[in-house]
Amino acid sequence: MSFRRLRALIYKECLQLTRDPSSFFIGLVIPALLIFLIGFGMSMDVTHIPTAVVLEDSSPTARSVVSFMNESPYFSPRYVTSMQEAKELMDERRAEAILRIPGDFSARLSEGRGKVQLITYGVDTTIANATTTYVQNGIARWQQSYLSGTAINGAPAIAGASSSATLSATPPIVPGSVTVDSRQWFNDANTSTWMFIPGLIVIVMTLVGVFLTALVMAREWERGTLESLFVTPMHASEIVFAKIIPYFGVAMIGFFICLLSARYVYEVPIEGSIFLILFASVEYVLVAIGMGLTISSVLKNQFLSCQLALLVSLLPTIMLSGFIFDLRSVPTAVNVISHLMPATYYMDLLKSLFLAGNNPVIIYKNCAILAGYASLFIGLSLLVTRKRLD
Amino acid sequence: MSVSEMPLVTVQELHKCFPHPVTGDTVVALEALNITVAPGELVALIGPDGAGKTTCMRILCGLLRADGGHAVIDGIDVSADPQAVQNRVGYMPQKFGLYEDLSVQENLNLYADLHALPDDVREQRFQRLLAMTGLDPFTDRPAGKLSGGMKQKLGLACTLLSAPKLIILDEPTVGVDPLSRRELWDILQQLAHDDNLSILVSTAYMDEASLCHKVYILHEGKLLAQGSPEAITKKADGACYLVTPPPHVPARLLQAALIDDAPHVIDAVPQGGAVRFISRTSDVSQLAVYAHFPDLVPQATPPTLEDAFMMILKEHSQPQAEASHFVIDYTSTASSEDAPVDVEVKDVMRKFGDFIAVNHVSFSVHRGEIFGLLGPNGAGKSTTFRMLCGLLPASSGALSVLGYDLRRARAKARAGLGYVAQKFSLYGTLTVEENLEFFAGAYGLSPHAAKERIEEILHQFDLDTHRYEPAGELPGGYKQRLSMAAALLHKPGLLFLDEPTSGIDPLARRIFWRQITALAAAGTTVIITTHFMEEAEYCDRILIQDRGCMVALGTPAEIRRRAGNPPSMNEAFINIVEQKRNNPVTTAANNRATPPKGGSSS
Repeated sequence: MSFRRLRALIYKECLQLTRDPSSFFIGLVIPALLIFLIGFGMSMDVTHIPTAVVLEDSSPTARSVVSFMNESPYFSPRYVTSMQEAKELMDERRAEAILRIPGDFSARLSEGRGKVQLITYGVDTTIANATTTYVQNGIARWQQSYLSGTAINGAPAIAGASSSATLSATPPIVPGSVTVDSRQWFNDANTSTWMFIPGLIVIVMTLVGVFLTALVMAREWERGTLESLFVTPMHASEIVFAKIIPYFGVAMIGFFICLLSARYVYEVPIEGSIFLILFASVEYVLVAIGMGLTISSVLKNQFLSCQLALLVSLLPTIMLSGFIFDLRSVPTAVNVISHLMPATYYMDLLKSLFLAGNNPVIIYKNCAILAGYASLFIGLSLLVTRKRLD
Repeated sequence: MSVSEMPLVTVQELHKCFPHPVTGDTVVALEALNITVAPGELVALIGPDGAGKTTCMRILCGLLRADGGHAVIDGIDVSADPQAVQNRVGYMPQKFGLYEDLSVQENLNLYADLHALPDDVREQRFQRLLAMTGLDPFTDRPAGKLSGGMKQKLGLACTLLSAPKLIILDEPTVGVDPLSRRELWDILQQLAHDDNLSILVSTAYMDEASLCHKVYILHEGKLLAQGSPEAITKKADGACYLVTPPPHVPARLLQAALIDDAPHVIDAVPQGGAVRFISRTSDVSQLAVYAHFPDLVPQATPPTLEDAFMMILKEHSQPQAEASHFVIDYTSTASSEDAPVDVEVKDVMRKFGDFIAVNHVSFSVHRGEIFGLLGPNGAGKSTTFRMLCGLLPASSGALSVLGYDLRRARAKARAGLGYVAQKFSLYGTLTVEENLEFFAGAYGLSPHAAKERIEEILHQFDLDTHRYEPAGELPGGYKQRLSMAAALLHKPGLLFLDEPTSGIDPLARRIFWRQITALAAAGTTVIITTHFMEEAEYCDRILIQDRGCMVALGTPAEIRRRAGNPPSMNEAFINIVEQKRNNPVTTAANNRATPPKGGSSS
């Protein structure tokens, strides 16, 4: 390997990068776009749930039960007087949930058998589940303050009834025993965004690392530029390294865009070591670039490379790496496939480093696995790039 | 040049096979090939597409491994040490291998660094090569924005940077304008002579091959002939004749009549208003053509390399099904100016961003005429063509086809025309018959009419025996026939053909033109693009374009006259372009279609 040739090839690559806006687009604009789009758009938290509140009992106690809705950003309550009206609202989908305070609520509350009814629109389970949780927690908080206020009586209890359109109620709850701690949900508005951001970094790194390089080598084959480069003193490994180095730089810029926006835009806590996050990312970028170059060198065609890159890297990273589905709850076969993918280990590392802190077991194991994959794919890309056309 | 020296390149008994991309059968690409190139020798590999020229060059560069035989360059066995060979030779692949988004200077810098040229040598070489190729003023221009001719010269400059003993150029002049081609060959001859550089070049143009010291004729992987161009040309001695058609008979009709007379005639081409043919016998009074044209007076003419090449090629290829299924009335007359106008183009311009692809072009085509759009790659032929077919709207100007304004009645115009695209655009996995059935349906033929018409056209194009073969597996010439057949199913009055003859061998090209002649004689209007200047001779009128502008419009005879009656269309093109460049003011005044600020192409 000659340093002068390598330098010339890298310089050429950088010139091409600056001249061809599409590479920069994939490398820098897409990461930024994704992180903002998905970061802001993708949140499991549901807010402003239109809720019909049926106050059949108009006593002050009954009113105070539902008062948590009034200031909450999670609910847009609408007070109606009859169940009929509430049903109509739900049929028109102007209400996602009905919270009914029966006429005998105050009376039963004093007997310790207070009951409210929650009806949710079961078609959208995400909203239904979130609503149920919110309502239960809201009422639990009310109950606590009510209990501390009327401690002597010792009997009131509330049951939040959940689930789809069936009118049901849970059995009464023993006074004082209901404490569902849900502070997180209610106080930390962006919890689910926090969970997504590390995953998003993995996706962006996959996209930049695999796609950019899957295109660039195939492009050289398609345009016939490699054919003339080959008939020079250049070594095949030089062309591979001349691709790895600049695109590593581009991918790392993409990484820093993600990291900075994670920290300063979404204010995701970084519990673990920033150095380890960086180290793991360097490893993963090398894995991704190695994959892209291998695909590109084998297929020698931009379109096919793009298809394959999508199929083996991006889609599985989104679906199988634990980004969306928790890998503990998927079937064994899927779990095995997931653990064949380098993205799974990087995802695991990042999530734990961002949100949980330095966990030595995860760090050593996953870093070692990623290092193995990086050498495997870089090695493969060197192996398949040869100065031969057959 | 002294040939007595040790050869620089020795190729012995070279063999190479490939699996067929579709069927997986073994295809022989090279068979027992022997080649030598001496120092300072300029050697051409010629032969139709698929002859094995590129394969041979790639083996020499160590990019492909031969299945058998030896290739030795400068004492190094290529298969033993490909890197050593790659350090010593310059190679320009077919697409020039340039980085299009890098400037001329950046491309040169890259190759200079790869060859580790010391700084002092480097500047010197840059200057010399830039001066030699005339690229001096363009060092900052991205290679992608150079014309075909300039790209080719930059590619050459890159191969010469390391001052190699041998350069290998794979079809450097395909689709390049004739003027640039001539300039490149001037440079090559000078390099071989002054610098004792060995040059191995492949080409499809016989006029280029005749400038070489030695020529190898390849066909389907086999070496058919070798020797100096003069020695090969001798093969056709005494067999070549020129014959002038009677007044008002287009040369192509006489050419068709001659080529149909296979027992007596080996080959015939229209040339300079006359017809050049190669006779099988020395007694030309036997020709069947006298039955139609009794007053012909064939004149013996000295042979050219192309004549010998066609003779050799015909000897070694199976007699292809001739186009005789297309019956021609040899005595039909050419389309006249009084015939109705089928296509009218008025002051049409097409821009892509700030690039003007077609710059104020006007012409009209009469019924039954063969109208040729000629010019090198990037001249604006295809853009003009796509606008005529209604595939691309014009930026300004008016286009009407078969009386319909293309801006308003595109669909109606399309119903009456047939279109053959440059790339094979039929369904490769469907059989020949299924493809035709599909297109019959697309044109709205009734099932009964479709069946009859398909039978008829399969027979006409001699595709009967291939009807159950998937279209993708047909050989090149047959694919082109099938494309034509599909375009003619609905018997259109107007046929558009985009570069139909690029990539098919010369024999298939003869058959193709024979079919076109028959169609035109039967009243079909044909508009055709080609970058083979000599194919202008088949046309009634031609439009020559260069860099988007109209260079010349008229009958081939008129254009030759304007160019000072050179023997070939190539030279006519060169003369006219040179006239225009030397005297841009007069040309602009003559060309009424050009507005004051029109000539933005540099």
